Amino acid sequence: MAAPLTLLLIVAVTIRAALYRSSLADLISERVEVVSPLTAWKRVVEGLALLDLGVSPYSGDVFHETPLIIYLFHFLVDYAEITFMLADVITAVALYLTVKEYNKQVFRKQKYALEADRYPLDCLELIRSPKEMFYIPLKVAMFYLLNPFTILSCVAKSTCGLNNAVLSLFILSTVKGNVLLSAIFLSLATYQSIYPLTLCASALLYLMQRQYIPVNFRRASFWWFIVQYAFMYLGSLFVIVCLSFFLLGSWDFLPSVYGFILSVPDLTPNIGLFWYFFAEMFEHFRLFFLCVFQINVFFYTIPLSIKLKEHPVFLIFMQLAVISIFKSYPTVGDIALYMAFLPVWSHLHRFLRNIFLVCCVLLTCSALFPVLWHLWIYAGSANSNFYYAITLLFNVAQILLVSDYFYAFLRREHHLCYGLYLKRKDGSEATLVLK
Amino acid sequence: MGLLSDPNRRRALISLLTRLNAPICVVCYMAGVAWFMGLAFEPFTLRTYMSENAMGSTMVEERFPAGEKALATGREFAAHKKKAGGMPVDWLVKTMQSRGLEVFTQRFSRTLPFPDENKERYMVKGTNVYGILRAPRASRTEALVLSAPCTPGDNNNQAVGLLLGLAQYFRSQVFWAKDIIFLVNEHDLIGMQAWLEGYHHTNTTGMDWSPLQGRGGSIQAALSLELSSDVITSLDLVLEGLNGQLPNLDLANLFYAFCQKIGVLCTTQGKLQRNDWDSVSGYSHAVQTMMLMVLKQASGRSWGDHGLFLRYHIEAATIKGINSFRQYKTDITTIGRLMEGMYRKLNNLLERLHQSYFFYLMPSLSHFVSIGYYMPAFGLLAIILLLRALDLWVQLTAPPPRTEDGVVDPEQMSSPGVLSVLTPLVISHLTGVALYTLPIRFQEMAVEHFPVSETEAVVLTAIAVYTAGLALPHNTNRLLSGGGTEQGWKVLKLVAVLYLAVLLGCTALINFSLGFILAITLVPVAAFVTPHVPKFLSAFIMIVLSPACTLLFSVFFFQELQEMPISFLDGWMLYLSVISQGILDHCLYGSLVYPLIALLVYPCWLIFWNILFWK
Repeated sequence: MAAPLTLLLIVAVTIRAALYRSSLADLISERVEVVSPLTAWKRVVEGLALLDLGVSPYSGDVFHETPLIIYLFHFLVDYAEITFMLADVITAVALYLTVKEYNKQVFRKQKYALEADRYPLDCLELIRSPKEMFYIPLKVAMFYLLNPFTILSCVAKSTCGLNNAVLSLFILSTVKGNVLLSAIFLSLATYQSIYPLTLCASALLYLMQRQYIPVNFRRASFWWFIVQYAFMYLGSLFVIVCLSFFLLGSWDFLPSVYGFILSVPDLTPNIGLFWYFFAEMFEHFRLFFLCVFQINVFFYTIPLSIKLKEHPVFLIFMQLAVISIFKSYPTVGDIALYMAFLPVWSHLHRFLRNIFLVCCVLLTCSALFPVLWHLWIYAGSANSNFYYAITLLFNVAQILLVSDYFYAFLRREHHLCYGLYLKRKDGSEATLVLK
Repeated sequence: MGLLSDPNRRRALISLLTRLNAPICVVCYMAGVAWFMGLAFEPFTLRTYMSENAMGSTMVEERFPAGEKALATGREFAAHKKKAGGMPVDWLVKTMQSRGLEVFTQRFSRTLPFPDENKERYMVKGTNVYGILRAPRASRTEALVLSAPCTPGDNNNQAVGLLLGLAQYFRSQVFWAKDIIFLVNEHDLIGMQAWLEGYHHTNTTGMDWSPLQGRGGSIQAALSLELSSDVITSLDLVLEGLNGQLPNLDLANLFYAFCQKIGVLCTTQGKLQRNDWDSVSGYSHAVQTMMLMVLKQASGRSWGDHGLFLRYHIEAATIKGINSFRQYKTDITTIGRLMEGMYRKLNNLLERLHQSYFFYLMPSLSHFVSIGYYMPAFGLLAIILLLRALDLWVQLTAPPPRTEDGVVDPEQMSSPGVLSVLTPLVISHLTGVALYTLPIRFQEMAVEHFPVSETEAVVLTAIAVYTAGLALPHNTNRLLSGGGTEQGWKVLKLVAVLYLAVLLGCTALINFSLGFILAITLVPVAAFVTPHVPKFLSAFIMIVLSPACTLLFSVFFFQELQEMPISFLDGWMLYLSVISQGILDHCLYGSLVYPLIALLVYPCWLIFWNILFWK
């Protein structure tokens, strides 16, 4: 399996290197779909220039990346292209290893269940075979590396690629069961963009499941584990934040990075839901709607963790999707990360209902973004409503996609418990309805 | 959401759509065409009205007196033009200076990729002369442009004369709040391109020009004037710009309002407006006017010197004086008054023209069809593609031991292999790339080996590459051993249909006319092609409906609509020159129609061609 992966990496790096050399690179790095005010490379360069002049990079309201990133590029600015390609490669390899490990566990669990005769007889066609699972890790790496969204994001040198790398390392260390590394990478990801905070729940659930600690509020071992993890997580977060403070010598970065993410002052159009609403809104409602919009990201953690507490890896996927849909400055790079997980759930395809519709809508919207942007900004004949309509449609399609996978996952679990061909009490064929 | 989540209703809907797929498609196609034809019917259209408050409510008084003097200036200009054998730069500079303008010149040169036989030019060198009338009333942050092209021969002398006359008259007025730039550009669009690029500090097409020495504020609106006779019978308004972009409708409204006020006959597409909309001939007149606009817009060319302004977000139109055999004539003083009135209204603008429509079609100058009315016509055609795609999807996933909603037996999902789908896609796109690059690249070689001129070489190479592409399906299939399964073509067709739908959708948003014409011809092809239809007949139909033939028909249709029918041979020559003009427009001004057709539409059509010959 190493050979195809190497080949894939070589192809991916070649594509990126070729695009860096082409005239498209400048065009791509200006696209609002690919870079956000948080992740734009242009702004990192501006921050570096300010830093070199001995001014705080956060003065001037242009730079909003974290201090660690700017110090990283302080040394690596000449090798920026290599850094971003490397970040993509790391992400892909980490996802590859993660999925390999996860598949192993799924298969082991399935074997135990089969031996214990826990599945109903007519569910045999739902059982996953090692043959079909063999290529899934490779497919995941391929979905990430060859996804046009990832390529665009990498060519635009959007720092989103680095965030994805940290997140994928977090997932890898979690799935491998390494508590300390998991906590450290999660705190790094949180430090980068706050929102991964919600992944805490899924990481805890997974690690407890792996260490056979029951999720029971009355058990001391449960709380003891939570305290341990929280200590590691908060401790490393504290260390990183303090390190930033010592590097920079001021707390400027807190309002400029986290305040910027949470209060959404920059309303440059992007593929998210925030900009249009907050541009149109009366100023005195701003705080209220800010809370409403931001709660979306965090709130879904609770019902999802309750429903999926047996399946933390699927929970991670769901939460990544929720974050990338509802975060304040989303880019296509965020979408690419959760889309990389789609091959892992390829066994759910038979239960998906709207996949065709959703794919068509996602495809059309991706093509329409640049067209409507051109009509709005350059030709001046369309306006922001056209662009926002497409943004809205794009997000609705994403939500449909995720909820479709959620439904399919639950449905498969249901069938694994109760049999595939459900009968009503009177013996006629029953159908499952999601209400 | 009920429809999407309730399995029974979903199944009913899908089975309805797949069972009645063909009839629904036919009905949609008919409805789309009928809707489009109905657009020209007057009760279905809206009357034009002025949306911009700054231009609507205020009254202006036109007093331009100096028509005769303008004509004399025009004659003087003609004499100097003849003497200089081109643009009389020194004379123009002196004359403009004597009228109190700040005068500047700009030199430019451009070598065309191949000789332009229509206008007989290859290495173009010229000079633009422009004078700026500084606004006495305001802070000079905004400007208006009045331009007149300096064309070889006896054309347009009166336009330059009137431009100079207006400049002198405007100079004596105190109410100008915007700079007014009087521009005389040489070599029509090439000069205009050089001037606009110089003004905005951009260089998109690699032209050589000297930088502009003087500038006004940001340009709000521009009019280009073309007058070739001392008296005229009517004024024609040309709106279609580069890539089918149109100026804000308020500019057309402004022109129409002043023509009404002053009593000048005004036309669009050279067609007068008629009042008998309820008669057949009245309706067909409106249809002809609209079809002319559609064809002109679809060509993506700039149909007047104004066309390039639109790219810079400047509302612009060309006003053409037409002298026909009618009794009723308008003298040049009246046209001067009309221009004065329009500029005074534009001078009142507080912000850029944005209130009115940017997407519209005009069946007559007083009526228009907005995007909300014409898009359904395209939507009805596009929905056919989606229905076909849905049908294919159901066929691909279905052969159903269906148990419950959407449950599909995984054995049937045996994928036909990425390679068998990817190869035709890649090959047809490579053909597209060849069609795009080879004609210009190979002109020298072609000229060496064949007895043709460069222009013919380019056009004939393009046609040759296009035709050679038709031989591809056989070769593709030979390359693929065992790729031609039943599943294979269905997947390929699904991809192609969705591709076409997205492509046409994007095209129709940018340039409705082009999108609609392509949809009219390509959608039936996309809908009916399978490997199982009779080969010979379908191949013939496909070729007739291919983009190149569409262009050929459009050329004849356009001539027919302009009431200048031509013989087949002349039509063919015109067709060849249209192709060369299309390529030139792309190279010179960045028109997107040629790359769109070559790189995207043609490959897409080739995929369907490939499906027809699927083995």
